[in-house]
Amino acid sequence: MSAAAEERNARAPWALTAPALMLFVGVLLIPLAMTVMLSFHDWGQYKGIEPVFILKNWREIATDPYYAEMFWRTFRVAILTTVLTAVLGAPEAYILNRMSGRWKSIFLLVILGPLLISVVARTLGWALLFGGNNGLVNKLLMSAGLIRSPIPFMFTETGMVVALAHVMMPFMVLSVWAALQRLDPQIENAALSLGAGPITIIRRIIMPQIMPGVLSGAIIVFSLSASAFATPAIIGGRRLKVAATLAYDEFLNTLNWPLGAAVATLLLVALVLIVVGSNALIERRYAEVFR
Amino acid sequence: MAYLELDRVAKQFGAQTVVDDFSLAVGKGEFISFLGPSGCGKTTTLQMIAGFLDPTRGAIRLEDKDLTAIHPAKRGLGIVFQSYALFPHMTAAENVAFGLEMRKVTRSERTERVRAALAMVGLAGFEDRHPRRMSGGQQQRVALARALVIKPSVLLLDEPLSNLDAKLREEMQIELRQIQRTIGTTTILVTHDQNEAMSLSDRIVVMSQGKIEQIGTPQETYEKPASAFVSQFLGKTNDFAATIDRTATPARLAAGSWSAPAPAGLSGPVTVSIRPERIGFGDAGLNAKIVTRIFQGNHWLFQCDSECGPAIVIRQNDGERQPAEGEAVRLTWRPQDMSVRGVA
Repeated sequence: MSAAAEERNARAPWALTAPALMLFVGVLLIPLAMTVMLSFHDWGQYKGIEPVFILKNWREIATDPYYAEMFWRTFRVAILTTVLTAVLGAPEAYILNRMSGRWKSIFLLVILGPLLISVVARTLGWALLFGGNNGLVNKLLMSAGLIRSPIPFMFTETGMVVALAHVMMPFMVLSVWAALQRLDPQIENAALSLGAGPITIIRRIIMPQIMPGVLSGAIIVFSLSASAFATPAIIGGRRLKVAATLAYDEFLNTLNWPLGAAVATLLLVALVLIVVGSNALIERRYAEVFR
Repeated sequence: MAYLELDRVAKQFGAQTVVDDFSLAVGKGEFISFLGPSGCGKTTTLQMIAGFLDPTRGAIRLEDKDLTAIHPAKRGLGIVFQSYALFPHMTAAENVAFGLEMRKVTRSERTERVRAALAMVGLAGFEDRHPRRMSGGQQQRVALARALVIKPSVLLLDEPLSNLDAKLREEMQIELRQIQRTIGTTTILVTHDQNEAMSLSDRIVVMSQGKIEQIGTPQETYEKPASAFVSQFLGKTNDFAATIDRTATPARLAAGSWSAPAPAGLSGPVTVSIRPERIGFGDAGLNAKIVTRIFQGNHWLFQCDSECGPAIVIRQNDGERQPAEGEAVRLTWRPQDMSVRGVA
């Protein structure tokens, strides 16, 4: 092969990926870099945005406990949502996997349902169900004798977690289901023949093998919940802000773009660190199951 | 007295009968193979013994106790699965120890027995290895050790060697036989590989379409196949249409221009089966022409076109001159080397 042809071949992959690469750089990397830069700019009620390099916004976030509370709430809601989806979703996936034929497809559709409905419509639906003390959910729980007095759902973290868990459930179920597909179909029989009862089989044989699926589902659910906007905005309202709604308000209500950019950047960095960190931990811990 | 007994066992899935009228008495320490093509019901039968499936009809008894009434976890049988079904998140030693843990064996005894079991299958020193870091053959040995360490009353092997390559399979066959002989566990092997069944078993149960075709020692099933299915399934065979003429004295059996004194019993049209290695080339006998001649090292394989249809002949490579392709030959065999069946 001539040198020119070789060079042409070396350039071909770049040329072929160039359109996608340009789109990626244009709509993701550049705006991201601009947001990061924006977070170092100054802002005043009357002077607007001043393109200078100062740490004012970052200092404000670091020192004002208002922001600390906001971020703690964001991650608290995300963690509770993750735990709730894992506790409900993993058994759900296991049961789903054991169902046969037609029932399996029907229930899979039920689980995937939330993904097919607009997030706003779905969350407003939850708002209707929660709706103050006379909400349907509270009425049901009270008539079932599970609670004495109504639980406040609207404008509370409880309501946020419930609504978010509903939205995020498909990600957990599908992730665990994928892990279940990798299971040897005879593995339960193998444990059974060695004298293990049903609980032991789930605890000692099934759980350890689907744990990677639960954890990767947890990473997806956690990062989506922590950056969720619509559900916290509708259920939490203006009073109970999370990082995403805070950034939105700074951008569009206060018009303090630099502060909003700082909040958004911090959320992004925190999420990336948490996701990458836990992913590395999981991969090391479950190296044998992943291979 | 039979150790493990299957009494007219049948299994139906809906309207489909997968196993029908399966009766078998297994002696203690015996090595039995269920041999048949896929879908013949051999694995279903094994699963009924294991307890993963309940028989629709019939009884399974172990030492005269009704086995079907016992929960699969309490049957105490050792099972090696086709896929091995090792626990991927546990080391080899943990895999083997699992059954002992379930039996509440003390830790010190457990360690000792796991070590002994792994040593028995030739895996001493592999205790801390995870299954995915082991070769297919090694995984197979772990699965065997895991099944044997609980001292099972019966060892069930579900196509355990089918995922191994040919050379390894042969090695494992020999090893499996030696281990089974040493510890004397009653063993049932499910396989579709006739060589495997013949080299391992005391007796073979040949199955087809959910029914038993023949139960017998490897020699019996090979030399005296009870049906056309058995003779075709166990190795290559030649089936020739023949007739028994009882009007002649003495009565004669003739297949083409080959003939011999007729055996007692049958008369009229019959089928004779002769194994290819029992046919020789002679001066008299069935007229045939060599179509192809294939050299296979220690033997020659001839495909012939005979008076009674296609025929296969295998001759030892003993250094003698062998007929060439296209050559006219006479095929001959000793009457005791053929089996004669009435035409159904």
